[in-house]
Amino acid sequence: MQKNLLLGAEAIAQGAIDGGISGVYAYPGTPSTEITEYIQVNPEALRRGIHRTWSVNEKTAYEAALGMSYAGKKSLVCMKHVGLNVAADPFMNSCVTGVNGGLVLAVADDPSMHSSQNEQDSRFYGKFGMVPVLEPSNQQEAYDMTYEGLELSEKLKLPVVLRITTRLAHSRSGVVSRPLKEENQLLLPANPKQFLLLPAFARRYYQNLLSKQEEIVRLSEQSPWNRLLPGTDSALGIICCGLTYNYLMENFRESHCPYSVLKITQYPLPASLVRNLEASCEEILVLEEGFPLVEEQLASFFGKGTPVWGRLNGKLPRAGELNPDHVARALGKSVHEGFPVPSLVAGRPPALCQGCGHQDLYFALNEAIESIGHGRVFSDIGCYTLGALQPYDSIDTCVDMGASVTMAKGAADAGIQPAFAVIGDSTFTHSGITGLLDCVIEKSNVNVIVLDNEAVAMTGGQDSSARGRIEDICAGVGVSEDHIRVVVPLKKNHAQMVSVIRQEMEYQGVSVIIARRPCLQKLAREKREKARQGE
Amino acid sequence: MKTDIILAGVGGQGILSIAAIVGAAALGKGWNLKQAETHGMSQRGGAVMSHLRISDQPISSDLIPLGGADVILSVEPMESLRYLPWLSSGGWLVTNSTVFDNIPNYPDINAITEEILKLPHAVLLDADTIARDLGNARGSNMVMLGAAAPFLGLEREEITGAIGMIFRRKGEEIVRANIAAFDAGYAHSSNRAAR
Ligand SMILES: Cc1ncc(C[n+]2csc(CCOP(=O)(O)OP(=O)(O)O)c2C)c(N)n1
Repeated sequence: MQKNLLLGAEAIAQGAIDGGISGVYAYPGTPSTEITEYIQVNPEALRRGIHRTWSVNEKTAYEAALGMSYAGKKSLVCMKHVGLNVAADPFMNSCVTGVNGGLVLAVADDPSMHSSQNEQDSRFYGKFGMVPVLEPSNQQEAYDMTYEGLELSEKLKLPVVLRITTRLAHSRSGVVSRPLKEENQLLLPANPKQFLLLPAFARRYYQNLLSKQEEIVRLSEQSPWNRLLPGTDSALGIICCGLTYNYLMENFRESHCPYSVLKITQYPLPASLVRNLEASCEEILVLEEGFPLVEEQLASFFGKGTPVWGRLNGKLPRAGELNPDHVARALGKSVHEGFPVPSLVAGRPPALCQGCGHQDLYFALNEAIESIGHGRVFSDIGCYTLGALQPYDSIDTCVDMGASVTMAKGAADAGIQPAFAVIGDSTFTHSGITGLLDCVIEKSNVNVIVLDNEAVAMTGGQDSSARGRIEDICAGVGVSEDHIRVVVPLKKNHAQMVSVIRQEMEYQGVSVIIARRPCLQKLAREKREKARQGE
Repeated sequence: MKTDIILAGVGGQGILSIAAIVGAAALGKGWNLKQAETHGMSQRGGAVMSHLRISDQPISSDLIPLGGADVILSVEPMESLRYLPWLSSGGWLVTNSTVFDNIPNYPDINAITEEILKLPHAVLLDADTIARDLGNARGSNMVMLGAAAPFLGLEREEITGAIGMIFRRKGEEIVRANIAAFDAGYAHSSNRAAR
C-alpha cells in the first residue's frame, strides 16, 4: 500500500478531497493553514474545481460552508481555535439547523501558544453545540476521520468537529489513502424550512438535536476509534485522548503497558467504556491535550470516589502542551535528561525581517508621537505585533483580530486622545471594517494606520482579501477622503511619514493612513515561483 | 533499529530541507518516519527545531523523549546547545560553526565553542566555508547533512540517492554540487565515527 508523507493538516486535506468535498472554506491561522493550502495546489482539487479561495474571516468561511451544505454538497471549513470564537455564532446555530450535505469543521488548537494568544480547547465547542467531536491521534487517523467524518455528518445530519493540535497538524508521517468519492449532486434540503431558525421552528429543531444525543453517545461507544485495551495491573486505568496515546506508548517501547487503557478519539465520552474502565481499576489517570475536559467530567461522575488524576491535581501540568516526559513523570517513571543547557544560551524570539516596511512605519510613528507619550497605540495580530518588542516598542495592545480599531475608539471615548489603531491589511478586512464604521458614526478621534503589505504575512503570505481595496473600503464606510492618506514605508520617506502622522493626529476625527509596501517574503517567493515556471 | 534526530537552526535557514532528505532516505529503505516541525511565528527569524524519528519499527510519539536523541544536527552553533536535554548520553552533537546573529545579546562565540567541545561526542565544522570553497555557497546544509551522516544509521548511498531524488527537478548540475557538498561534510566526520 503506498504511503504518502503528509503533515497532519495535509492528511485532513487529502481525506476531505478523497471524501468528496466540493469546497473548502477557511481563513488562515496557525496551525490550521496548511489544510487549505494543500487543497489549493492539489491536482485532483484543481481538476474538480473544488472551491478553495480564502474567506475574509472565519465567520464568513463557516457560513459559506453551511451554504454549500444547504445545497446538498459536502464541505470542509478550517480555522485555528480562536477563529472558532469568530465563527461561534454560525457554528452554534448550525448545530440547531443541522446540515444537508456533510460538513466537517477542522479546528486546530495551539496548546503552549506556539503562535497564538491563548490555548483554548475546541472540544468544549463540540460539547457546547452537542455535536460529535473527532480527535485523531495520528496522521492516518486525521485522514480517516475526515473521510468518515463527512459520512458521519451526513448520517446524523449534524456538523462534525475535527479537533487537532499543533503537534499533529505540523508533524509528518506516512498516510494511506482510500478510494476517491464522487461529489454530491445539488440537492435542496428535504425540509425546505430546515435552515429557518424562527423561534417556532428553532424550538422544534433544538428538541431534535436533544433527541439525537443518545445516538451520538452510542456511536461513540461503538466507534472503532474508541478502544478499551485491557491490562493486567488494576492499580491504574489510563484514559488517553487523541495523540496522548502515543506519549503513553512511547513510555512502553520495551515493555507492555500493564494498565488498562481507554483510547478516546470520538466524543461525547463513550459512557459505557468509561464505566468498564472504572470497574477494572482503582484509580484513573486522564491524559488529554488542552483543558481538563474529560478529567472534570469524570471527577464528578464517580461520586463514589474513584480518584481521578490529571491536570487538575498536579499529576500533569495545568497548562501547556504535553509530551512523553510529562506522561513518564505522571506514571512515576524516571526521566533521563541528557545534558544541561549552558547558561550562555540566549533566547531567540521571532523578529521582523530585515528591510520589512513595518519597521519603517514604526520608527516614524515613534518619532511622531514622542511628545504625547506612551500608552495610546492599540494594535492587532500579525507580523506587525512584533513591533511590541525592541527596538521598536511601538504598540501597547494585541488582543483579538480587529480589536485595535474598537479598543482605540473606546479609549478615545474615555479620553485618551488622540488614540492610534495599528492594524494589518488582512486583519483590517477580517474584522477592522465594522469597528471603523463605529468610529465614523461617532466621529471618534481615532487615527487608524493600516500596515498594508498586501499579504497575510504572519501565516505564510497568503493573498489578502484587502488587496487593492482599502482606500475604497474606507471611503465607502464614510472616512473623509482628505483623511485617507497613503505612504510608502521606506527609510527615505521617514520625514514625510512623520509629517503625515502628525497632520492626521491634529485632525479631530477619523483618519486612515495606509502604509503600503509589499511583504519581502512574499515578493521573494513570487520571484522563486516565476523562476521555476520559467524553467 | 531507530535513529532519533533533533534538527536545529533559525527560522529561514532551511532545516526542513535536511529533514526531507533524511526522510526520503528512510522511507526509501522501507522505514517508518515521524517528523514534528516548527511552523508559524518562530519561522520569522526565531529558534526553530524539528524532531525527526526514523525506525524500522512503528514509531509512537511525534516528540522525542528527553535524553533520547541519537543526534542533534544544528546549522547554527548556539542553537545546537538549546536542545541538549534531549541528547542521549552516547549521542552526537553535529553543528555548523557559522554564527547567525540576529539578536542584540548573542553570546561570545568562543564560549559557545568551548561548551560544544566539552561534550563527549561533538563535531564542529565551518560548513559555510567548506561549501563556499566548493563553489556552492548555498550548499552548507548539505555539508552539515554529510557531517551528521555517519551517525544516522543510514548508508551514504541511501542519502545521496535521496539528495538525487529531491533535487532532480533542479537539474543534474545542482544534484552533483549537493552530493559533493555532502561528501565534504561526510569526509570531515567519518574518521570521527568510531562506530
Ligand atoms: C481569529 C483569528 N484568526 C486568525 C488568526 C491567525 N492570524 C494571526 S496574524 C494573521 C495574519 C494577519 O495578517 P495581516 O493583518 O495582513 O498582517 P501581516 O502579518 O501581513 O503583517 C492571522 C491570520 C488569529 N490570531 N485570530
